[in-house]
Amino acid sequence: MPYGPHTADDRERMLAALGLTSVDQLFEDIPVALRASRLDLPEPEPELELAARLRGLASRNRTDLASFLGAGVYRHWSPPAVDQLLLRGEWYTAYTPYQPEISQGTLQSIYEYESLLAELVDLDVVSASHYDGAAATAEAALMTCRATRRERVLISRGVHPHYRGTTRTYFEGGLELDEIPLVADGEAAGTTDLAALERMLAEPDRPVAGVIAAQPDFLGLLEPMPEIARLAHEAGALFVAVIEPVSLAVLAPPGAYGADIAAGEGQPLGIAPQYGGPYLGILASTDALVRQIPGRLVGMTSDLDGRRAFVMTMRAREQDIRRDKAASNICTNQALLALAASIYLATIGPHGLRDVAAFGAARAAELEAALAAVGVNRLHSGPYLNEFVARVPDARAVHRRLLDAGVLAGLVLADAEPDDPSLADGLLVCATEVTTSAEIARFATALGAILGAPVAEVAR
Amino acid sequence: MSVTGDRLQPTIFERGRPGRGGGKIPHPPKDALDRIPAEARRAVPAALPELNEPEVVRHYVNLSQLNYAVDTGFYPLGSCTMKFNPKLNEWAARLRGFAELHPLAPDEVAQGTLQLLWELELALAEISGMRAVSLQPAAGAQGELTGILMIRAHHRARGDGDRDEVLVPDSSHGTNPATASMAGYRTITIPSAADGGVDVEAFRTALGPRTAAVMITNPSTLGLFETRIGELIEAVHAAGALAYMDGANLNAILGRFKPGEAGFDVMHFNVHKTFSTPHGGGGPGAGPVGVGETLLPYLPSPRVLRDDDGSFRLERTGERPTSIGRLRSFVGNTGVLVRAYAYIRAHGGSGLREVSDDAVLAANYLKHRLAGTYDLPYDRACKHEFVASAATIKKGTGVRTLDIAKRLIDYGYHPPTIYFPLIVEEGMLIEPTETESVETLDAFADALIAIAAEATATPELVSGAPHSAPVRRLDEATAARQPNLRWRPMSGAETPCPD
Repeated sequence: MPYGPHTADDRERMLAALGLTSVDQLFEDIPVALRASRLDLPEPEPELELAARLRGLASRNRTDLASFLGAGVYRHWSPPAVDQLLLRGEWYTAYTPYQPEISQGTLQSIYEYESLLAELVDLDVVSASHYDGAAATAEAALMTCRATRRERVLISRGVHPHYRGTTRTYFEGGLELDEIPLVADGEAAGTTDLAALERMLAEPDRPVAGVIAAQPDFLGLLEPMPEIARLAHEAGALFVAVIEPVSLAVLAPPGAYGADIAAGEGQPLGIAPQYGGPYLGILASTDALVRQIPGRLVGMTSDLDGRRAFVMTMRAREQDIRRDKAASNICTNQALLALAASIYLATIGPHGLRDVAAFGAARAAELEAALAAVGVNRLHSGPYLNEFVARVPDARAVHRRLLDAGVLAGLVLADAEPDDPSLADGLLVCATEVTTSAEIARFATALGAILGAPVAEVAR
Repeated sequence: MSVTGDRLQPTIFERGRPGRGGGKIPHPPKDALDRIPAEARRAVPAALPELNEPEVVRHYVNLSQLNYAVDTGFYPLGSCTMKFNPKLNEWAARLRGFAELHPLAPDEVAQGTLQLLWELELALAEISGMRAVSLQPAAGAQGELTGILMIRAHHRARGDGDRDEVLVPDSSHGTNPATASMAGYRTITIPSAADGGVDVEAFRTALGPRTAAVMITNPSTLGLFETRIGELIEAVHAAGALAYMDGANLNAILGRFKPGEAGFDVMHFNVHKTFSTPHGGGGPGAGPVGVGETLLPYLPSPRVLRDDDGSFRLERTGERPTSIGRLRSFVGNTGVLVRAYAYIRAHGGSGLREVSDDAVLAANYLKHRLAGTYDLPYDRACKHEFVASAATIKKGTGVRTLDIAKRLIDYGYHPPTIYFPLIVEEGMLIEPTETESVETLDAFADALIAIAAEATATPELVSGAPHSAPVRRLDEATAARQPNLRWRPMSGAETPCPD
């Protein structure tokens, strides 16, 4: 066994102390009929060979492409300080800080995370982390039901399809989830249909607990968040804003437009894409909802000698105390990723974060212009930050051919949103500060060639 | 004392000074945000601290040194399997091909990771005796929710929608009843039998047409194998309900007991326990679920599939309408799963069986060392962990389990899990794992025995512990009554910044 310390002598000594001759005797409580015979798995692999196997598998993934794929997960520059600090064993080999006297590092870091995110979202209470943006959104939806004692939530189709799907799954236990359509055409196309929302909020005998919308929305567009908040509140519902944290350096934060809850994906804060996780579910609320928020909370207090210290608090919301009455079943969370986000924010700083957001916007505008030059325009006309839908006939085939040219041309919306025919020609593309002008030129040139645009126009 | 650098730190906010930092990101063009409408823009900048990198590094290094961790010492936290986290696994998860892969990248771009996930599913199916595995759930509790929602879908598909109860033993993890509630079920708690095992007769009485599922942890949270598990599963199935196994304690039974073969319909794995992925100060984990034939149609989507030509792909949206859907975004905590894969490959079938053999041997040895000093309410062979109790010590000296736990800190150890399971008075759940040497086990036993002697000779020494940690016991009551959950420039005023 590669990591075990016991020698044959050690084992014998322990067995002898127990008056046994074989470790098998310790498994005699398993009924004979239920004993497993063997594990049919490959032979143990020495580290050298295993490392080669892992390197081989990793190299079968293509990460050399010029990528314009975002759709909820964004490439950003993460200062190497973030990962190097994360690799300290004192952080990643500890567990939940049940013993605060020897966990002040983790506890203070969580308190700082709560505080940093509170500044960013402009809400007072931030939970210590959830699994990802989707699970945080689902938990936010459940919170609105607990807080209002109503059982129906409205979620905009502008919210990421995976978040909608996850919330639907979480609602299987007997709650209702209805989708608010998007505006079909005109200036507001691709954003939440306010008239439809108003009608849905007014349905008799179907009171709404919460309304959920995303800023920017899944299609990259900016939503009229203050109006959605107002409509929700007028109907006695809570408003949940699904946010992207880097954008909050430049976009109005949920607290400023009256959101009661903010949920979102913290991956852009210095966390690698890793094919889906581990990421960071952000969940925040107003003070009024502090007893409803699920997940761990860390507060400042003092020790017996009056030293400032930190501790997990308001634990009566949690499963290990309240069992079936708990606010959620969450136990293990994403603490290490919350730490990553904190170190990222501390390292990049407020001005740096604003530069990240603004640079992405500038690169996206550059991308829009380059695509327009080869005859590919946006599907929508409303404002966006750093992600937009390009209208490309036969998008799936074009996307495939661009891959051969070394370009990952965003997301084929016909695959991601198969129920929405208005998006059938859509490619959802994004740019960030790590996108280069050379990559943009490569994308536009290849796309132009595929679509048969004149070479001169492609070169521009 | 294994916590070094016992110096408290100012908060990151107190360390900041306007004008520090920078040099990370090029400045964007001045007009970069001109096309964003004014009403959508942030009016007041977020008050984040400004620091330069050396200060950030010192802050987090100094903070880290206030932590106890597996890498600094023995961490016998029962139910959590705090085994060594191999460094190869950290290296592997950071390989560019794994780390930089976007989760929505087309399948042909992601063949390496898809193959790894597919192989990992097969390995977990073999280990558990289950028919198939989904790697999607992000943690054990989410695996539980997945399992219970699949059970719900199964009953609904049979037109048997009136079942609204989930039965759990009183020794269960809090996540079990919390999960049942989230899935819309009522929890019925069944008291344990005197020997600590499930009371099969009590379960029989409670089982009926309203029972949707029974959730069992095996070995139990007392570290005991459920010897009557076969009978119980039969009774569950006879009542038309399904059997869920909480796999938190899988580290005890690798290669010795396969839940799927024993008749369990669904289980979750905690890869951050059994398969050595780090606990991260609270997470991340991953909580794959395995299912037998009955629940196969309901597995979350997307599944990882292998096509006839040997290539791998993700299931497409809507491809399997019986699925309960998704529990989170994308495919799962893949970075965690890479580590679990490496761990399983490093051990192979024979090594995994040895893991459990050594974990069980270590627990029994440690238990034996404590016999005579601490109460051992269930004095039979344990599996990978056991419950000791300080009830007799408390009666004689007034010193509680909490005090003993805190005193262990002074001796350089992380305390065990205390007051869980709830059914043991003054209980401590001790789980040594297989990666601790016999010298460590002996030294820890010596410490616990010495503390028991202190409880008689100098009880105030124990009840005032810890004495050598960075802070003493905390005022948790005020923390809960007047919560301070967020730094504000004035919030440190009453408790001045340490320096």
